[in-house]
Amino acid sequence: MHPRLRKYIPILAVLLLVVVIQLIISATGANYYLTQLTMSAYYSLVVVGLCLLMGYAGQISLGHAGFFAIGGYTSAVLTTVNLMPYADSSAVEVLERLGMVLERQDLYGNTLLSFSPWLACIAALLITAAIALIIGVPVIRLRGHYLAMATLGFGLIIYRIVLGTGFLGEADGITGVPGFPLFGLEVSGALSKRISNYYIAWVLVLLGMLLAMNLIQSRVGRALRSIHGSETAAQAMGIDTARYKLGTFVLSAVYAAVGGIFLTHYNGSIGPSEVTTMKSVRYVAIVAVGGMDNLWGALLMSILLNFLSLRGYFGSYDDAVFAAILLVIMLFFPDGLLRAPGLRNLAVLREKAAAALRSSRSRGAEDG
Amino acid sequence: MKKASIMVLATCLLVGIVSSPLFAGGEAGEAAAKGPVKVGAILAVTGGASWLGAPEAKTLEMLVEETNAAGGIDGHPVQLIIKDSQASAEKAISFAKQLIEEEQVLAIIGPSTSGESMAIKDICQEGRTILLSCAAAETIVDPVASYVFKTPQKDSYAAIWIFKTMQDMGISRIGVVAGNTGFGNGGKAQLEKYAPEYGIEIAIAEVYDSGATDLTGVLTKLKARDVEAVVNWSIVPAQSIVAKNMRQLGMEVPLFQSHGFGNIKYVEAAGEAAEGIIFPCGRLLVADVLPADNPQKDLLISYKSEYEARYGEDVSTFGGHAYDAFIILKAAIEKSGTVEMDDVRDAIESLQGVVGTAGIFNISASDHNGLGLDSFEMLTVKDGKFTLLKQ
Amino acid sequence: MPTSLATRDVSFEQFFQYFLSGITSGSMYAIIAIGFNIIYNTTGIINFAQGEFLILGGMIGISLSSFLPLPLAIAGAVIVTMGVGALIDFLFISWLKGPSVLRLVIITIGVSILIRESMLHIWDEKVRTLQHFTGTEISSLKILGAYISPQVLWVLGISAVIVVALNLFFRLTLVGRAMRACSDNRTAARLCGIRARRMVTFSFMLSAAIGALAGCAISPLTQTQYNMGAPMAIKGFTVAILGGLGNSTAAVIAGLALGLLEAFSIAVLPLAYIDAVSIAVLLVILFFRPSGLFGNREASALKEF
Repeated sequence: MHPRLRKYIPILAVLLLVVVIQLIISATGANYYLTQLTMSAYYSLVVVGLCLLMGYAGQISLGHAGFFAIGGYTSAVLTTVNLMPYADSSAVEVLERLGMVLERQDLYGNTLLSFSPWLACIAALLITAAIALIIGVPVIRLRGHYLAMATLGFGLIIYRIVLGTGFLGEADGITGVPGFPLFGLEVSGALSKRISNYYIAWVLVLLGMLLAMNLIQSRVGRALRSIHGSETAAQAMGIDTARYKLGTFVLSAVYAAVGGIFLTHYNGSIGPSEVTTMKSVRYVAIVAVGGMDNLWGALLMSILLNFLSLRGYFGSYDDAVFAAILLVIMLFFPDGLLRAPGLRNLAVLREKAAAALRSSRSRGAEDG
Repeated sequence: MKKASIMVLATCLLVGIVSSPLFAGGEAGEAAAKGPVKVGAILAVTGGASWLGAPEAKTLEMLVEETNAAGGIDGHPVQLIIKDSQASAEKAISFAKQLIEEEQVLAIIGPSTSGESMAIKDICQEGRTILLSCAAAETIVDPVASYVFKTPQKDSYAAIWIFKTMQDMGISRIGVVAGNTGFGNGGKAQLEKYAPEYGIEIAIAEVYDSGATDLTGVLTKLKARDVEAVVNWSIVPAQSIVAKNMRQLGMEVPLFQSHGFGNIKYVEAAGEAAEGIIFPCGRLLVADVLPADNPQKDLLISYKSEYEARYGEDVSTFGGHAYDAFIILKAAIEKSGTVEMDDVRDAIESLQGVVGTAGIFNISASDHNGLGLDSFEMLTVKDGKFTLLKQ
Repeated sequence: MPTSLATRDVSFEQFFQYFLSGITSGSMYAIIAIGFNIIYNTTGIINFAQGEFLILGGMIGISLSSFLPLPLAIAGAVIVTMGVGALIDFLFISWLKGPSVLRLVIITIGVSILIRESMLHIWDEKVRTLQHFTGTEISSLKILGAYISPQVLWVLGISAVIVVALNLFFRLTLVGRAMRACSDNRTAARLCGIRARRMVTFSFMLSAAIGALAGCAISPLTQTQYNMGAPMAIKGFTVAILGGLGNSTAAVIAGLALGLLEAFSIAVLPLAYIDAVSIAVLLVILFFRPSGLFGNREASALKEF
């Protein structure tokens, strides 16, 4: 197979798996699993972005739930603010003509007018990127414990702001978020739209993986890995480490925001429970378990753990389970589960076999 | 190698997901003559709202066991499915969808907090499943959604009772402090709304962080304004801290609390500083001293004694909200004679005079709560115990 | 409506009231920061579970006090918490070989969550209080027009005793000096025959002990609930960084400063944002002067993070 196309195999394989799972689920009449699979997919977007940041740029972030929240809350606020009182003003009419407002009926027969989800989405992404840029500049200069604490502090400030501000819903959060019309489909929690929402979520995740994989295999990725290996050496080689780290930071924030925006529309609400420190720690735990720089591992672990957590398998021990996983991985498998020593031997074996095959083929080519 | 192990794990995951329906033991509601009736509950058993969810879960388990021992509801055994949402709205959403689609429950009791209840209100309405919320926010039943009900009393009634008592005591100038939870903010809004009607002036109103451990700073401000009474609208632990701080600061004015004070543990935490606290509450905590002809007395005493005997801890009014939800459901099933969703729902809406822990419920199409002003009683703390304010 | 800005007529009594409130909470933050510093100095690790020691000590003290007299209950709490500190070192730290900073950060976070969840399942979610050391919940002392509970004097007194005792410990006792030697230069210390590994365990036990003692002292004032550890740890860390990581005398000053800042902010800020004050301080310090107010810029830049 053409070497260029080889790298798309995993993506196609996962896409196939996604389709197969959906078909099996629908055939057995177990469509309700799609809910948790969809929600897990959106959380996985955060994890993929965080994996880029932690595994490749080597920056820990204990406040990534904050970016998820900035994205989610911004889109929630803009799509639930009631423009009806201003419906006749010229400003609103201009917006209407530009297609930037959304009119809909709620369950109680009221007509609501708010900004369109597209506008809200773009605004949320821009705001997240801007905040990530502003915060990122001082943050990337920090290392180790200081970095951890600074990101923790960031997450906490977002939590406090969300909890203390009236129009952000304070402790109750924002509910009544409308669906997001997307190319003829709609991102919403409606029962009838479960299957389409499942695919929307997974297509987003796979696109995110594609982008991440391309990034890693490009110059940017190599620069990041050299920075992760040794920042001084990378600087000596002329790499602008600050710029790369900042870029990765902002990108990972945007990934988290996308997850936040879409999950908010899917759930129809968002609350302060999405911004707690524990949430941020969970994202870190998942990235660590998957293997810090292993995108696919992170994705797999995210789906697995979030799925189980959302179905209540861990019951009241949810937080304890994540803490235990975190500890076990950090103590015994610091390079991630999928790189565990036992499996490593298999990897070596396979590589040796592949090398032997290649050299015998080339010898054959020379002879023949 | 990475890919191989990933594929292996992914396949395991796939197999696991797909085969779990086989192990779920799901009784898909076979129409046996008297099949089990499934009741779901989404409660914050652990986490930040566990002071609500833990007693609620215990109460439901106790009730279901009793009911099944007595032959079930109308002959149907009750199957209770409790999900611990840890006060997290996204978990509540996921569990709600699970309970509605997968378990196909007849009704969901809970959630414990207003934020979660609002998050699943539309889901339950669209999913045409009865929701009996144990949370306090007015917006849960206003606007009315046909399948959504709530069992706690209205916050506004609590505020009104406080102001009425203040009028009787000749208080006209007060200070309000509230915790920054939905409950606290909601209560503060109600206080500010009704104060003018009763001639009360709120000289100063402050919201503090609900996790604050020292409130002397805030109370110093109130003291400086010479208020005649302090109203604290919060959840634990601030309720006890406010009481202690006030006495430590030498503030002798009366302290009013919200109906969130409904657990003797909070009195114990405040120790001597709890003497004289006045608050509106359901009658559960003073069941012993109620007059014999009070319609709620028997129910309250039996709930109190059974709960305390079974769990070895004091009963609280919060568990009572789950109790009321269950007996409302039970009464509706018995009244309609079926376990069909819409029939039961119609029955709930027509319930009159159902005696519960929080009061007597009279539900209608426009009032999906059913409790009136008389569901509250003004209580006070005397000698470390709850008693009626008016003897 | 917040009328905070209107009350500009702050009398001396009010001022002193805020002052006392500030140094009470400030001394607590200082003790937590000192706990951080002890472990950090000996091992280079920031122990995220520091806040849990306070709560654990408080909880154990409360449980013991139901059948033991108060001083014994507190002593018991301190001893058991010391054991937990040693256990943490034994289970999670002692056998790691050359762990990266990232790894240690995550490990101590995991440990703090584990301790918190254990406390939840052992003591459940209820809020508990230890009895006041002297007096009751309504005892009140009037000092210069400000009212405080006698427990406040206990907190201040115990904090002062801890600071002084630690000072003497590190300067005069053999073990204390051995620990200082380890923090200055581990290899040299080991060449002199000091068992560095043991010093690490001691540092955990010592941090746990002062945490437990402080936790018992503040329990009558702030009450004790299983999830109070993390916010305290964050405040303590802020103070430690503010004073310069590893510098305990500076931590005391920084702690009092932060406590006073928070207390006086109540007069001007909407209360809901008071917590944001300490987080803002943390971020400002981290962004602009991570070596802390009293730290050495060059030395901290050279530290291997």
